[in-house]
Amino acid sequence: MSASILTVDDSASLRMAIRIALTGAGYAVTEACDGADGLSKAAATRFDLIVTDLNMPNMDGLSMIRALREQPAQAGVPIVFLSTESDAEVKAQAKAAGATGWLVKPFEPEQLIRVVQKVLGR
Amino acid sequence: MSIEDPTVAFRVEACELLDQVEQALLDLTHRLDDAALIDSVFRGLHTLKGSGAMFGFDALAAFTHHIESAFDRVRKGRARATLELVATVLTARDHMRALVEGDAVPQDGGAILARLAAAVDAPAIAPTAPPRPAAADAATAGWQLSFRLPRQALAHGTNALALLDELRALGDCTLVARRDTIPPLDQLAERDCLVTWDATLRGDVPRAAIDDVFLFVLDDMELSATPLAPADPTPAATAAAPAPAPAREPDRSASGQPAPDTFGERRARVVQGELVRVPAARLDTLMDRVGELVIAQSRLSQLAGDRHDLQLRSVAEEVERLAAELRDTMMVLRMVPVSNLFGRFRRLVHDLARETGKAIALETVGESTEIDKTVGERLFDPLVHILRNACDHGLETPDERVTLGKGATGTVRLAAHQAGGAAVITVSDDGRGVNRARVRAKTEASGLVAPGEVLTDAELLALIFHPGFSTAAAVTNLSGRGVGMDVVKREIERLRGTIELVSTEGAGTTITLRIPLTLAIIDGLLVRVGTARFVIPLAAVEECLELSAEEDRRSLGRSLITLRDRLVPFLRLRELFASDAPPDAFQKIVVVATGRERVGLVVDQIVGSHQTVVKALSPFHRGIGSFSGATVLGDGGVALILDVAQLVARGQQIEAAMEQAA
Repeated sequence: MSASILTVDDSASLRMAIRIALTGAGYAVTEACDGADGLSKAAATRFDLIVTDLNMPNMDGLSMIRALREQPAQAGVPIVFLSTESDAEVKAQAKAAGATGWLVKPFEPEQLIRVVQKVLGR
Repeated sequence: MSIEDPTVAFRVEACELLDQVEQALLDLTHRLDDAALIDSVFRGLHTLKGSGAMFGFDALAAFTHHIESAFDRVRKGRARATLELVATVLTARDHMRALVEGDAVPQDGGAILARLAAAVDAPAIAPTAPPRPAAADAATAGWQLSFRLPRQALAHGTNALALLDELRALGDCTLVARRDTIPPLDQLAERDCLVTWDATLRGDVPRAAIDDVFLFVLDDMELSATPLAPADPTPAATAAAPAPAPAREPDRSASGQPAPDTFGERRARVVQGELVRVPAARLDTLMDRVGELVIAQSRLSQLAGDRHDLQLRSVAEEVERLAAELRDTMMVLRMVPVSNLFGRFRRLVHDLARETGKAIALETVGESTEIDKTVGERLFDPLVHILRNACDHGLETPDERVTLGKGATGTVRLAAHQAGGAAVITVSDDGRGVNRARVRAKTEASGLVAPGEVLTDAELLALIFHPGFSTAAAVTNLSGRGVGMDVVKREIERLRGTIELVSTEGAGTTITLRIPLTLAIIDGLLVRVGTARFVIPLAAVEECLELSAEEDRRSLGRSLITLRDRLVPFLRLRELFASDAPPDAFQKIVVVATGRERVGLVVDQIVGSHQTVVKALSPFHRGIGSFSGATVLGDGGVALILDVAQLVARGQQIEAAMEQAA
């Protein structure tokens, strides 16, 4: 069975790009449009991986990661966040909040797939 | 179906983001130190930069980066938000929009950036730190490693086994787990990662490859790597990554709370949620299909009606009901709240206030009122003109207002509500109102009105909509665009709407627009002239009369009939459209009106009322006056839809010509 991935981003174009890349690589992708949406979708299904933006309205990525890590059911679920290079301090915050890995924007679809494979352990 | 293209989606999204940024900036002009608004602007710019870079909009990403950095300074309290900064970023926003649409020269941004740097009191923003330099590589025989993952690595989703596998894949690797770093059982937290591994990795493995394995945990783990000696005679330096293990406490000072509500976010939430985005063109295609279905259905109904087949009839009725429901549902899909439209005027009023030096407050009411998307787009230009007039001519300067005992700030109110099948939009201001004496003088000077001619107040005000009328004593920068209220009126009438002006001298002016909710369907009166059929929008029809042969004879050459003691000009559609067929014995006159002007249209037969799906004319035929569209009838024939506004104008020309001849 292919791994299931939740992608959380307020940008529809970015969600679309991520979905196209990941479904192309054989993953099953679910989309959420902000942190609150991501949290409720993660509560409904346990995903193998969550890919999230940080900068979102209506619950940002950091708050969502913290909230996820507080739930025993989400322990150990890898979370990859997307950031821009200027986000050095945000990166530290996201790691402290419980993120597993990250990917710097802009990225190529292959880079995304490589990170996903790395975090999932192939 | 078109292939999904994230770049196309990005363009749409970027425009929305920029609109949100604009709205937040405009809000900011009233509350310069509102942290939530500053955050909202920053967030919008940040997303724009990130996504722009993703989809190859490099110039946009680079330019936005500077604006974002400037706002970051404001956000962090290093610079103050000023009106000048907001105005600069608004200009920058326009530039970004042009970059999104691909019609800006990237160099144009330089001047804006210079202005920006001055506004936030900062030198050119320094480029961000380059990525971590790769460790210098030397050929090695291998590495002796000792490492310990961050304590919470497993809880945070790191797959430790996968990391070990990756390490093994680098070369010939022996791994030994050391348990001496594991605390006694009573101090053990089950999810903590406490094992230390010793590894001997043989082979020519660059140090960077090892770092890559641990990429996401490198900063927080303990790792020492010593090159294996034999192949490398240089003294082995123990390269140890900084090891602040266990990792720092999560930074609680960084607020994870969502920022309070701002205008931009409110909209964003409405736009997203459980909604699906569809390109407008697809809706248009769907609408066309529904239109065709309705036509096919009415043919079916006609056929079924001709046969005595009950089963066929019941199916036809079922299809008729479904088609009607489908059409109604389709209509609703095209409706958008006027808030989108109104939002665009906040910027306009902001700019007008700056240009005229007046203090202007824009109030909006009824933003959730829904209108057809196309109607909304076509209302934009007329409303811009009306608002310009209100701000430029209507409102007084702050000094004048104070002298008059009014507040220094003038108010322009933009309101919308639904009434029946129409949306009513009013633009009102509390300015000086229409100066009747000036209107009178102006119209007399231009010969529109004879000196001394008695006019009611309504008639006088109606002259404002007359072609060529403009009261501005000196044409100012704002309203001197060569467009008069007559153009506004014509455009509103094209939308099959009406415009009305009420004004009290000294107290202000209110302009009311009534616009049908949708353009896609009209209730029409189907008429026949010779063999051709035409549809007259029912909303414009005042009454239908018979034109007796006698009256027809009597009126020949005059084209005027007397209707309740008023002369109404009429047009013979037979002549207008050069129909050869002989006229019916009893012709009919359909009296149509726009506002206060009326004209009679002489036709052969009134077929009946007809709800019809409007089809736009092809680009070739769009220039033809007299018609506003076409529709397909139940029998498959085509009927042209008459442009009432245009015909009324023609009627007035006739009337004027008659009066001159008289």
